[in-house]
Amino acid sequence: MYKKNRGISRRNLILGSSAFAAGITLNPYSSKAYGSKEDNKLNFYNWDTYIGENTLSDFKSETGVTTKIDFFADNDELFAKLREGNPGYDVIVPSNNFVEKMIAANMLSPLNHRKIKNISNLETRFLDSSFDKNRKYSLPYMWGTMGIGYAKDKVKEIPDSWSFIYESDKYSGKIAMLSEAADVIGMGLKYLGHSINTKNLSHYKEVEELIISQKKHIKVFAEDNGQDLLASRDVYLAQEWNGDIGQVMLEDNNIDYLLPKEGSLIWEDCLCIPNGAPHPNNAHKFINYLYDASVGAEIADYIQYATPNKAARNLLGDDYNKNTSIFPEESVLEKCESALYLGEDVQRIIEDSWTRIRAA
Amino acid sequence: MDRWKVKKRFFTFLIMPGFLWILTFFFLPLAFVWIISFGEKSNIIDVIITGTFDNYIRAFDGIYFKVFTQSILISLITTLICLIISLPIAFLISFSSKKIKTLLLILIILPFWTNLLIRTYSLIAILRTEGHVNKILEFFWIKMNSILLFLGIYGEKIIEPEFMPLNLLYNNFSVIFGLVYIYIPFMIIPIYVVLDKFDKSYIEASLDLGAGQIKTLFKIIIPLIYPGIVSGILLVFVPCLGSFVTPDLLGGSNSQMIGNVIERQFKSANDWPFGAALSFLLIYITIGLILIYSLLNKKRIKEKI
Repeated sequence: MYKKNRGISRRNLILGSSAFAAGITLNPYSSKAYGSKEDNKLNFYNWDTYIGENTLSDFKSETGVTTKIDFFADNDELFAKLREGNPGYDVIVPSNNFVEKMIAANMLSPLNHRKIKNISNLETRFLDSSFDKNRKYSLPYMWGTMGIGYAKDKVKEIPDSWSFIYESDKYSGKIAMLSEAADVIGMGLKYLGHSINTKNLSHYKEVEELIISQKKHIKVFAEDNGQDLLASRDVYLAQEWNGDIGQVMLEDNNIDYLLPKEGSLIWEDCLCIPNGAPHPNNAHKFINYLYDASVGAEIADYIQYATPNKAARNLLGDDYNKNTSIFPEESVLEKCESALYLGEDVQRIIEDSWTRIRAA
Repeated sequence: MDRWKVKKRFFTFLIMPGFLWILTFFFLPLAFVWIISFGEKSNIIDVIITGTFDNYIRAFDGIYFKVFTQSILISLITTLICLIISLPIAFLISFSSKKIKTLLLILIILPFWTNLLIRTYSLIAILRTEGHVNKILEFFWIKMNSILLFLGIYGEKIIEPEFMPLNLLYNNFSVIFGLVYIYIPFMIIPIYVVLDKFDKSYIEASLDLGAGQIKTLFKIIIPLIYPGIVSGILLVFVPCLGSFVTPDLLGGSNSQMIGNVIERQFKSANDWPFGAALSFLLIYITIGLILIYSLLNKKRIKEKI
């Protein structure tokens, strides 16, 4: 009796692995490697409630491209998702400081401005920026500020200073701050008269002590629902983004928004195409579509944020253009700064400080 | 099945899919994270594995120790409350008639099929200032006031005219409430399963022999259903330690658990090696606590014998 053949013979092993290799190369997902045409799809990764009601379906009727939209809650989630490689997104919407960070990490593809004709609709001051020279990797989507939303029927005076949130026991237990370290510590720096982008460690220590002593008056570090807490009167003062408060202001006449006198931050959310996007042509078409005047107007009216699109602004009325919570006056804007990407070391100091604040 | 020693090949064949699944989706990722915990950040997105223990040393800093102890405390309180509530419920279910038994079991398991996030959000709707609890209390408050007014006692001002809503949300109370709400099926089911197989005639025998109800409970029933209680405790305590969604959504400015800190390391802090080190410290602490518990238990069993 000859020995039973145990295991795989060498011949079978070679046959099997070459079949496996052929299967990998010939499967439909590697079509990109052969430079075939893009199919009519687009993968859009955006903030929640940050696009017009009909924008995506209108885009489909006009160009035939079906857009699949996924949502992220904050820049960190976006960054963490794309860090290990692009999972297939074509257009993403990071904020200005994260655009800087992603450029430094080589995660973005340059934009071909010639494929985006509607760029002429933008206000000229947005065509260059400190965080992205000549807008090589990003183009503006919306901009805005951060400030104080408050309930007029519960707050007796006008809370025109960050002290109402950072150093006051009036309305104790009815104050909400944001939950991101950079935001809360940044505004604390502004309140104490320093720059948001300071690299001086003693400034951060001061802010840490300030917030720790104020903690007993803070009800919650609201992740993104400060405006809902305000609407339900769970808090009377909320540190929030202007558009979020703008959206509840439409439903509740007793809520108002203002920029404190110490100044605040101006943010700009930008449209970018990450490296490895499967449909770069469609991505450029989409960005061009968003800059169309009527499309831009529909989006801006729906989400109540400030659009950089001057043609869109011309199509909207005074409710939008003269709304000071969306477009603050120049005098107040002057005291606001943009957040810069400060490097990993300062980031770590801010995060450690935040852990100490949260645990105190 | 107990002849697996004879039919080794068949048994291996059956167990292969499950084993491969656990290997690929559990052990491999865990090993990956373990390796990262010995690395450092080289630039914004890359991590180099240098075999350094820096991350673990940094995790022993006072601040993280404080967060660990708070998490363990919250988990212990949650487990205790779950135990106290589940024992009567498990008894009730196992002593009921068959139809009611099924109904009660469905009542416990059905909410379980709802997504965790939705259940946590629903607690927000119930506990907040204008939520259901406060609205009901306000209703009774107004009724009480009007009755007292009717009876002419209003001059005494026993109850204030303005209703003060209870502060039930965004504090440690709501975090523990949420955790108990989420993990209580994990405690009821194991205890019920063991209780179901428990021979009820032991209770009769004990009562006949002169022991009272309470003595029967503590000297006969509890020791015999002990394995069920232990499984329940483990199934609640361990996941509770690592929870981050509940303290995030329901917690106030003081409710930070170790899960939140770890989540932040992987997101805003962009420091994966440190997050990995904290995660593994959590795993070691959990294993350590379970080991201590089983060692104490061994002594207990030895003493009995």
